[in-house]
Amino acid sequence: MLLLAILLIPAVAAGLAYLLPRRGLRLSLLVLTSVIHLALVAVLWTTPDVTALRGWLVADSLGLIVLTLVSVLFLAASVYAVGLLREESPRGGRLFVTCLLGFLAATSLVSLSHHFALLWVGMESTTLTVAPLIFHRHDRRSLEAVWKYLVLSSVGIAFALLAVFLLATSQPVLPGVRALLLDDILANSHSLEKSWLRAAYVFALAGFGTKMGLAPLHTWKPDTYGEAPSLVGALMSGALTSCAFLGLARFTEVAVAAGLTDFTQPLLIAFGLVSLVIAAAFIIGQADVKRLLAYSSVEHMGLLVLGLGVGGIGVYGSVLHVLNNGIAKGMLFLVVGNLVLATGSSVAADMRGMLKLRPWSAGLLLLGLFAVTGSPPFGLFVSEFSIVSGAIRQDHWIVAAAMLVLLAIIFVGIGGMFLKIIFGTGTTTAIEHEKATGDTTLLLVGPLALAGLVVMLGLYIPTPLQGSLARAAQLLGGIAP
Amino acid sequence: MTNIGKFAELLLLLIVLTDFAVLGSSRLSACIRAIAIQGVLLGILSLVIDDPRSVHAMALAAGTVAIKGIVLPFFLRWAMREAAVRREVEPAIGYMASLCLGSLAVGASFALANRLPVITTVDLLVPIAFATLIIGLLVLVTRSKAITQVVGYLILENGVYLFGLTQLSRVPFLVEIGVLLDVFVAVFVMGIVVFHVNREFDSISAANLVELRES
Repeated sequence: MLLLAILLIPAVAAGLAYLLPRRGLRLSLLVLTSVIHLALVAVLWTTPDVTALRGWLVADSLGLIVLTLVSVLFLAASVYAVGLLREESPRGGRLFVTCLLGFLAATSLVSLSHHFALLWVGMESTTLTVAPLIFHRHDRRSLEAVWKYLVLSSVGIAFALLAVFLLATSQPVLPGVRALLLDDILANSHSLEKSWLRAAYVFALAGFGTKMGLAPLHTWKPDTYGEAPSLVGALMSGALTSCAFLGLARFTEVAVAAGLTDFTQPLLIAFGLVSLVIAAAFIIGQADVKRLLAYSSVEHMGLLVLGLGVGGIGVYGSVLHVLNNGIAKGMLFLVVGNLVLATGSSVAADMRGMLKLRPWSAGLLLLGLFAVTGSPPFGLFVSEFSIVSGAIRQDHWIVAAAMLVLLAIIFVGIGGMFLKIIFGTGTTTAIEHEKATGDTTLLLVGPLALAGLVVMLGLYIPTPLQGSLARAAQLLGGIAP
Repeated sequence: MTNIGKFAELLLLLIVLTDFAVLGSSRLSACIRAIAIQGVLLGILSLVIDDPRSVHAMALAAGTVAIKGIVLPFFLRWAMREAAVRREVEPAIGYMASLCLGSLAVGASFALANRLPVITTVDLLVPIAFATLIIGLLVLVTRSKAITQVVGYLILENGVYLFGLTQLSRVPFLVEIGVLLDVFVAVFVMGIVVFHVNREFDSISAANLVELRES
């Protein structure tokens, strides 16, 4: 019941939001739904391994981590949405709020599915609910962005569907074993046909890799994040990519159980390193803040698969990094959104010296800079450190060295831009946008809360979370520290 | 081979023909007609491959024919009329070259399928699924009109669906309907975007969409 409620409440609220006549009511519904959702997710933490629909939906450790991330980010984003839609909402935000709630339902479905086809349906629904959100401004540039996004992620999602069918093919027909159900597959992993399973994994990596935005399948990302409203960028880079990673992780669980790690690990490491290289190359000299954040997202997706690829404690780092990266990216996109509201542009040269103009947002941006580049005491330091030490302990010396060099380059690139935005003076001091809005409380609460969480995860990880992280790492073929 | 098996192979050959019809045609209406025929063929094929008396197969066939054979082509035709386009302009790869690449794709698919373990009694099913998938990708990548790209996506999706037919008896019915509905909504959303592209740019050429790039 609890799991069904988590899926159905946002879905029903999405329909209701479209019918409600007034914007105020719609926004209250949005916040109310996200509060209820988070409360239900919190209940899940007290009752482990809740199951529904004969094992099709299970709140296992990995799924619950992603679901919690989605729920927390969504609450922060919905409070932000209230602040934002009060200022500017071309069409009363009707479609916007409906799609936001639909997105919550779809991402919850992905997090809870233990049936691969159901997971696919959820994944495809996230693409479809997010497309109108990207197109929110209804102009040429956002049109181009949404078209690129739709075409590329539809191809990715078609590959993921092929991966699901290939997985079913690799499963022999046995009495009492249901097709495509994760727990049944894991219980009979020795009987899987290896050649079909390898094919399934390759397509899963290509399909979910496109949805995650791993290089070289990342080309939609800078355009989409650059044009979408910042709030949508926060949800996509924090929640959507984490769900896509979860899809890949589910296939990885099966591959690990079937003893295919020798096949999967080099693939994952290759994708991870290419993503880091591409991200570093495009972050240096980037002119637009949102596009910079998009390449930073490519970087962090690369780190996630690298962690899975190196194995050992790297896998633990990877699962923890899902949480850290999601929260940090969500916070940064919201903060950058505030700066864009102040200056009317997302080009870094137009927003210098923001510390004087918007002290709160500029301060949070400074915090975000150190968080997202993995400096102590933030959570990302812990997870990135685990991934590097995983690489070293599994004797991937070259991988570890390449990672450290690339992370340093990325630090310089992001730092250079952010510091100019915060402290910069020079000729192009920020000109206040004619319709500029201040750092209102509603626009600051979300990012502040997320900043608090990312600091907390660096200093202290609650015991239940620690247990879940360790279990998830074990399922994915790694070890806990 | 049984009569049923022969009929299935005939249907599969017709499906490859519709693939080539799209590859070799510059007229959008011909492409849309080909994709409609392909949708109907897929529906009949799912009846032939599973036990034709099962409710599951019948409902799936009806759903496939309705969505892929009727509703989506109708919708694409509407988008085409709204946008007042008739022909594809200068594809990135010429029609003759696309047809040659398509034949290569079919050959490669047979070679690939021969190396994989046998999973179905209908020998042509797996190679033609792969061939359809590759041809769909080819259309998607080489054509510049947004509508033709949607047609390419549908062919790609049909290739995946063909492969899925090998697992027809094992995948629950609700899931298949979910997959079908998702494809339907995907094409619907793409169609809406095509409509907006037309309004903004006075043409539905996706080649116009070049404003966003690294400077």
